[in-house]
Amino acid sequence: MARSTIGDVFDDISSFSHAVIAYVGDDGYPINVAADFTADKANGTIKLSRPRIPVEAREGAEVNVTFSHIRPYPGVGYDQRRYVSVWGTVTKVNGSLEVRPERSHGWDEDKMSFFELCERSVPSAHRYMKKLSEERGETVKTQMSLGWLIFLATRVPFLTATFVPILLGAMIARNDGASAWWLFALALLGGSAIHLGLNVANDVSDATSGADFANVNPTMFSGGSRMIQYGLVSLQTMRAVSAGCYAVGIGIGLYLTFTRGIELLWIGVAGIFLSIFYTAPPFKLVHRGMGEIAVALGFGPIMVLGTYFVIAQQLTFEAFYASLPVAIFIMLVLYVNQVPDRPADEKTGKRTIVVRLPKDAIVKGYAISVVVAFALIALGALTGIMPIWTLLALATVPLALKVHRALTSHYESPYELMAGMGQNIMLHLFAGLALTLGYLIDIFV
Amino acid sequence: MGATRATGALPAEVEELLNVALVAEFTVVNPQGRPVTYPLIPLYDGKLIYMTSSVLFSKKLEHIKANPRVSLTITDPIAAAVDNFRRVTIQGDARVIEDDLHSGWEGHIGDLWIAKEPIVKELIKKRFAMPLFWERSIIEVTPRRGLIWSNGNTAEPPQTFSLEVAA
Repeated sequence: MARSTIGDVFDDISSFSHAVIAYVGDDGYPINVAADFTADKANGTIKLSRPRIPVEAREGAEVNVTFSHIRPYPGVGYDQRRYVSVWGTVTKVNGSLEVRPERSHGWDEDKMSFFELCERSVPSAHRYMKKLSEERGETVKTQMSLGWLIFLATRVPFLTATFVPILLGAMIARNDGASAWWLFALALLGGSAIHLGLNVANDVSDATSGADFANVNPTMFSGGSRMIQYGLVSLQTMRAVSAGCYAVGIGIGLYLTFTRGIELLWIGVAGIFLSIFYTAPPFKLVHRGMGEIAVALGFGPIMVLGTYFVIAQQLTFEAFYASLPVAIFIMLVLYVNQVPDRPADEKTGKRTIVVRLPKDAIVKGYAISVVVAFALIALGALTGIMPIWTLLALATVPLALKVHRALTSHYESPYELMAGMGQNIMLHLFAGLALTLGYLIDIFV
Repeated sequence: MGATRATGALPAEVEELLNVALVAEFTVVNPQGRPVTYPLIPLYDGKLIYMTSSVLFSKKLEHIKANPRVSLTITDPIAAAVDNFRRVTIQGDARVIEDDLHSGWEGHIGDLWIAKEPIVKELIKKRFAMPLFWERSIIEVTPRRGLIWSNGNTAEPPQTFSLEVAA
């Protein structure tokens, strides 16, 4: 049974219109029937009108009294779901029934979202399916098509974090007169493979540490893919998928190193080091509050410079400088996405920055970081380090303001913060694409 | 006691309630012999009463398998909007149908469920977001007998009905 949302039974039942009393008759059948009620908090009893039924509850019998409510929502179904169920012995007093609640259970979707209720009930589902498997002699488990499994387990939509810096690096190279689209494609493929390997490795780490099992408020942007928690993919398979992705990424990296220049090796080694030790011991960077730095370096300078080098076979200050705003924006994606995860992360020793610092500091940190990112863009464009057209990226300032407002208002509400998390991902994507567009315009102007 | 009716021939006023009710209180008996009540959406195919439960909330399924005797009542005039609201209680025997947790329920009761809760049609398309919620068993209730309070006041004597038990 999922965790009850019941606080004080008498307070909780006060809003219901009627009760339903249930008990087991002499013939072994339960019977349930509506009754009017009054709650006597002072005496700790619930008085019920005495229903006229052929077989009444016997004095001293254990009864279950349930209060339930929904609001019909035409064309949709219903909302405002809540119920309270109490158990106690029944006595007959002056023509009424009186029940003194001894145990209670209930759920109110205003107090606990349906999603959280489901997440809290996942162990119950696994127990049930395990029992069914034993009864049937065959495995009963959650099903999902292979396509969806791959898509969700690797968290493909997050590849925007890889696409943006690699596209930017390629466009800077093109602006410097170097272009080779097949090299860009290889860099993108290799970077994506490493990124997907990291995503899966992070899930493996969070499943092993218990962080994702402890997280009962996952969102589409946080809490991992849930593939392991839902029993859709085994830990071993996830490990193999992660290793396979890394193998593809490293293979492409080595090929590019041999064909384009040894300098790429050091960039690649740094990227692989950050990616693997983001979650893996002994460093476990994300557990030490260094996840943001690792992500900023990996999805900022390393990817931009790596791609630039693959195409242009040189390294420039401009490419490094242009990577910095992108690094800050992607760092902020992780930073905000960790906000809903912090109770579970804290419980399992994953001491991310948002676990370590209070809300005010985190919100301030966000504001300072976006100001620095936009200042770098403005400074770079106005001083000629980057093309003037990259000022286009400043058009994304309103998005940053929205995320800041969401963080301020919904810091404690994972599902309400979800829109802000989405806008934060858009901020990284659109700002990165705007920088790229600035370079593209510069090529033709 | 009212007249005995053929199985599947519930009184019209009961059928009308079952066809519109968005919630019924469904009581089962746990291994300790105690009643446990769950608010569930009742579905009716003209003969038997159905409910559905996700494996996430599977305790009731285990109780039914151990003791199939159940009772359900429709009590809320807001959740069962009919003219001349009445209250009913139906006792019966339940069985759990779960040969195919993943999609067996869709063919069996999917349309009945969607008719009452249209959002389900959209949510099924996004089942990947809550995969365990959509792994579901069907609870099939064969009604045995029941009580009807024509004006909804359970302090007054009810009409009773019973249904033949198939041999």
